[in-house]
Amino acid sequence: MSSDLTSPEAAHDGHELNAHTDALLPNPGLEEHHWRPTDVDPKAEKRAERQVATFFALSAICTVLFVLSYILVKGGPDGPVWLGWGASNLALGVTLGGALLFIGIGVIQWARKLMTDVELVEVRHPAASSESDRAATVAALKSALEESGIGRRPLLRNSLIGSIALLGVPAIVVLKDLGPTNHDVEQTQPYAGAGLEHTVWSRGMRVVRDVVGTPIRPSDLEIGDLVNAEPELIFGKRDGEEVDEDELLEGAPLQVAKSKAATVLLRMDPDDIVSDVTRNWSVEGIVAYSKICTHVGCPISLNERTTHHLLCPCHQSTFDLADAGKVIFGPAGRHLPQLPLGVDEDGFLVALSDYPEPVGPSYWERNTYSVEDVFKGWAKSNAQAAEEYGYKEGGQ
Amino acid sequence: MSVDTSKVASSNGTTAASTSAPTKAGAAAAWADERLGLAAVGKKNLRKIFPDHWSFMLGEIALWSFVVLLISGVFLTLWFKPSMGELTYQGSYPPLRGIQMSEAYASALHISFDVRGGLLMRQVHHWAAMLFIAGMMVHLLRVFFTGAHRKPRELNWVIGSLLLILGTIEGFTGYSLPDDLLSGTGIRSMNGFVQSIPIVGTYVDFLLFGGEFPGDSIIPRLYTVHVLLIPGILLALIAAHMLLLVYHKHTQWPGPGREETNVVGYPMLPNYISKMTGFFFTVFGVTALMGGLLSLNPVWKFGPYDPTKVTAGSQPDWYMGWPDGALRLMPGWESHFWGSTWSWNIFLPVIVMPGVLFTIVLLLPFIESWITGDKREHHLLQRPRNAPTRTATMVALMTLYAMFWMAGGNDLIAIKLHASINQISYALRALVFVAPVIAFIITRRWCIALQRHDNETLLHGYETGIILRSPEGSYAEKHLPLPEESAFTLTVRDRGADEVGPDDEPKPGGKKTLRSRIRTLYYEDDAQKPTLEELEEAHEHAEHEAHALAALEGHQADGHQFDDHYHEAGEEPLRGGH
Amino acid sequence: MRFLNRSVGRLSRHRRRPLAGAVVLLLALLVTGGLYAVLSPASSAEDKADQADQVAKGRELFLVSCSTCHGQNGEGLVTQKGKLLGPSLVGVGAAAVDFQVGTGRMPMAQPGAQVETKRPTFDQDDINALAAYVGSLAPGPAIPDKNQYDPSTYSSDKEKEQAVTLGGQIFLTNCTACHNFTGAGGAMPRGGHAPRLLDTDPKYIYEAMLTGPQSMDNFSDGNISPEEKKAVIAYIENMREQPGYGGFSLGGLGPVSEGLFAWVAGIGVLIGFAVWIAAHTTRTNKKKGTAQ
Repeated sequence: MSSDLTSPEAAHDGHELNAHTDALLPNPGLEEHHWRPTDVDPKAEKRAERQVATFFALSAICTVLFVLSYILVKGGPDGPVWLGWGASNLALGVTLGGALLFIGIGVIQWARKLMTDVELVEVRHPAASSESDRAATVAALKSALEESGIGRRPLLRNSLIGSIALLGVPAIVVLKDLGPTNHDVEQTQPYAGAGLEHTVWSRGMRVVRDVVGTPIRPSDLEIGDLVNAEPELIFGKRDGEEVDEDELLEGAPLQVAKSKAATVLLRMDPDDIVSDVTRNWSVEGIVAYSKICTHVGCPISLNERTTHHLLCPCHQSTFDLADAGKVIFGPAGRHLPQLPLGVDEDGFLVALSDYPEPVGPSYWERNTYSVEDVFKGWAKSNAQAAEEYGYKEGGQ
Repeated sequence: MSVDTSKVASSNGTTAASTSAPTKAGAAAAWADERLGLAAVGKKNLRKIFPDHWSFMLGEIALWSFVVLLISGVFLTLWFKPSMGELTYQGSYPPLRGIQMSEAYASALHISFDVRGGLLMRQVHHWAAMLFIAGMMVHLLRVFFTGAHRKPRELNWVIGSLLLILGTIEGFTGYSLPDDLLSGTGIRSMNGFVQSIPIVGTYVDFLLFGGEFPGDSIIPRLYTVHVLLIPGILLALIAAHMLLLVYHKHTQWPGPGREETNVVGYPMLPNYISKMTGFFFTVFGVTALMGGLLSLNPVWKFGPYDPTKVTAGSQPDWYMGWPDGALRLMPGWESHFWGSTWSWNIFLPVIVMPGVLFTIVLLLPFIESWITGDKREHHLLQRPRNAPTRTATMVALMTLYAMFWMAGGNDLIAIKLHASINQISYALRALVFVAPVIAFIITRRWCIALQRHDNETLLHGYETGIILRSPEGSYAEKHLPLPEESAFTLTVRDRGADEVGPDDEPKPGGKKTLRSRIRTLYYEDDAQKPTLEELEEAHEHAEHEAHALAALEGHQADGHQFDDHYHEAGEEPLRGGH
Repeated sequence: MRFLNRSVGRLSRHRRRPLAGAVVLLLALLVTGGLYAVLSPASSAEDKADQADQVAKGRELFLVSCSTCHGQNGEGLVTQKGKLLGPSLVGVGAAAVDFQVGTGRMPMAQPGAQVETKRPTFDQDDINALAAYVGSLAPGPAIPDKNQYDPSTYSSDKEKEQAVTLGGQIFLTNCTACHNFTGAGGAMPRGGHAPRLLDTDPKYIYEAMLTGPQSMDNFSDGNISPEEKKAVIAYIENMREQPGYGGFSLGGLGPVSEGLFAWVAGIGVLIGFAVWIAAHTTRTNKKKGTAQ
């Protein structure tokens, strides 16, 4: 279908046809042009000129003020404060904005007031090329294809296509070293707790307060206390002693460790604990859960003390800390992993093992078990050794 | 076709304008022409006509914002260090002295506090990014509502949609570069999204981050994407977008003197160049003023990114608000089959839903032309009311977008309106489905009502606001016929579905095809413009009425005939009389 | 001037200058006010009354204003259906009372998901009495001393600076998840919210951390030590006093308010400019002398 702009329908009763609409009213043609005061009155014209020039002058003034502000107004936290705002940013921003804006307004006023504003008409051409052009192009292409012989030499054509397609493979292959796989990392353990299934927590590792790094005794905490906690290895300690150089976590491994090992401790009234598993892993009503949300991994520490519901600020997933971290609202799909707690010989809270299931967001390869199954699996391999730290069924 | 060609730009003629005495500019131009042969291009384009309307400048908001982004962005790259290497800050912001942070964050602090104009440029850059995407959105809405996406401009629409998508990604990578707590939380979420992809999730995640989250590679990699890859693609796409605009010429509103076959307006040189230049300075100036007066993304208050810290009110920038909202509303569905985990709760709202919606937006012109069968070229715009189903569809999509947007800010709505965040989420889960339908229905009926009103005005004239009382005691409002220009403008629209494009033949067995059924629904209830007979009948009727009221004509009836504000009735211009 | 004439005019009648009357009036007001401030009894001075008297007074006040929800002896009140009317106050300590009553939260104006602050019903004397009474019910956190919570009591600027840094890290770890990165507040489940901290008195911030009001967690001294609490308060004060380095802070609520401003201020203003640019300028009916 050619994109014909002329209507094939005949004229109707002498009215003119518009393309694409049937006849109703004739096109009255362009409106009569009305002049502007600046076109007819030389005084108005001069005034408009002065107005535009004033805008440009104002812009120049702003530019000068910008340079002066840059030289004279000190920036940063020690700089002056005007109207409660940092003076440097304010001065530079307002002067730069003025400098630009006045030029803009001036140029636009020039166009509106002084440049000719008689409407002009231009003919449109269809978007498609003319038939002759198309024919010529097609002929050119045809002769090119003919001369190359690509049409009648399928062996050449197909082998060329095949070899070029194959070139796509190196482009993808060279990107492999962008990063290891989860499997690689778990096997080689380039740093402590490597791999999505592990963290740096281990049996006997003390629970310490975040930021300050001090270990915690159960008697330090009252009912309702929420502690943002880390394993002591984050602060370079093991059993309260400084670790060696090669065990010290720094840089990227430290960040990786923190992103999985962060923990919240909550002291509840022991009678409030609902789940047996939670109770087994508690110490005097103190429970420890992963701080990393199982939705997409934001850290959670929004605890509603009266209900012991932990709310994640990112997407409002809510977990019940008395009931094995069960999801009670929001888009998280999985309960919050719990860290089994014990007490070491100095009376400090320690972990009885690593987290019994992977922490953080779900991923394809993750086997997901119910809380009871997780506990059973944990108990089989850890209950015996955990007794050293006071572990017993029903919690300490 | 009687187009008045006496006003056609005479420089579009075939004889070259002759250069008279060799001025300096003339000599320079001659030098260039002898090497580049630019006169051929110049002849056609220097005085190219562009039509004039404020709604045609919305795309320019986006275009000039992009230029501002390039300028301010280059400034920032001179000081920004895209590295996650750890250092202990000892700079000029006291509350963070002695704290471990990445080089990227430290350089962002350096730019904000130690580089004069650095904070200004950071804020200008960030505001310009927001205006860029917002500008693209209002431009998209204008184009769609006025039907400028139809043939031959479908490809331009596709290019524009790609620009929108890429702009959004560019913004996300950009605000993540300073590695502060808020944007780092966003990167953590991105990590969760990627991890949730079935089968390949962990592999792609580890490739992206160079290992486990957070690693030390993500910021430098996002930097490359943000500064090199996406801007390059954006520049190419913008160039293509502009080229097509110039080739097709801009669409225009119907009106006196305007046809499908012409374009009425002002020439590129000097009018449009000046207005565009002026608007560029305006956009830059407004953005600079915003950068100077309105603080945004105060990275020093967030602190460096730490995977154990988070702030309430963690939202991405506004243009990512709707996938965030979808993520918040989604129930926690996860399936476990044979040791694998399918995270529907993440995959669906963040990967699938935006992909589907973007694809629909991309394909809108093609879907429309499939339904209507319209194969003609269009250069005259349509008023939104004259395409009720199209307008209502976009309003429904906007409503869907708005519901997700609100969900993304549900915690802030909760504290500002003292409402329960849980109730808000439950309500929005329902509204996401219900509100677009309601919006569609209301908008469609509204458009049809406006069409009817237009027809009334065409047939019976416009209401003058003058109430006449006849000697018998009856009241009537005086209607006057529309001026010729307005009446003509109102009639420039298609009549009926068949004029737009042909229907399908029914299938063997008499059933209508799917397309035919959709097409019927698409045009259902449209109030068509009057026929010629109806119009002539109405004009006759109007003349009768005018005769009947002739006795009352010429007499002022506003109460001033008795005081010294009396004047001859004929002099007073009636409302809308030109 | 007419108003001045009436009052001041009379005073000025016998004086050399017309505005002298105004000056006399001003001086008289200043002197009277100054004398009052110096000589009137200090209303918030620490009551030196006997401890037992204070407890007794507190009990009287308690019975009138608090016992309907909290029970005759502060033991708490639970309805027959098990609904909690008022929690037990045994062991909450004087600090909790000072916080709740001092910020006006208690007595609670109406039931709801969140207790809101309002103008305090009691003056500080009465609050001290109530606190003494509740503190006597069982051992609990005491009202902190000024040295514990007031950042101005740091011995040097350097010490204060270090405290601000430490306080910032603790704040970002423990507090921002509920209260937001500037302390502007945040949402809690079912209609609750963590309130804005920037206008709160340092003493109340300390007490809130110590006693965990409503659904806030406890941050007892074994969780966040008293020095650390003071550091957090120093940080919050620093946040409050910090100038907006980049300009108007848009509420400190993050990207949502930024997006709102981008649309309303940014796009609104730019569309306004677009409308102006494309608008027709003034027209005149005059004709041009020569053809264009």
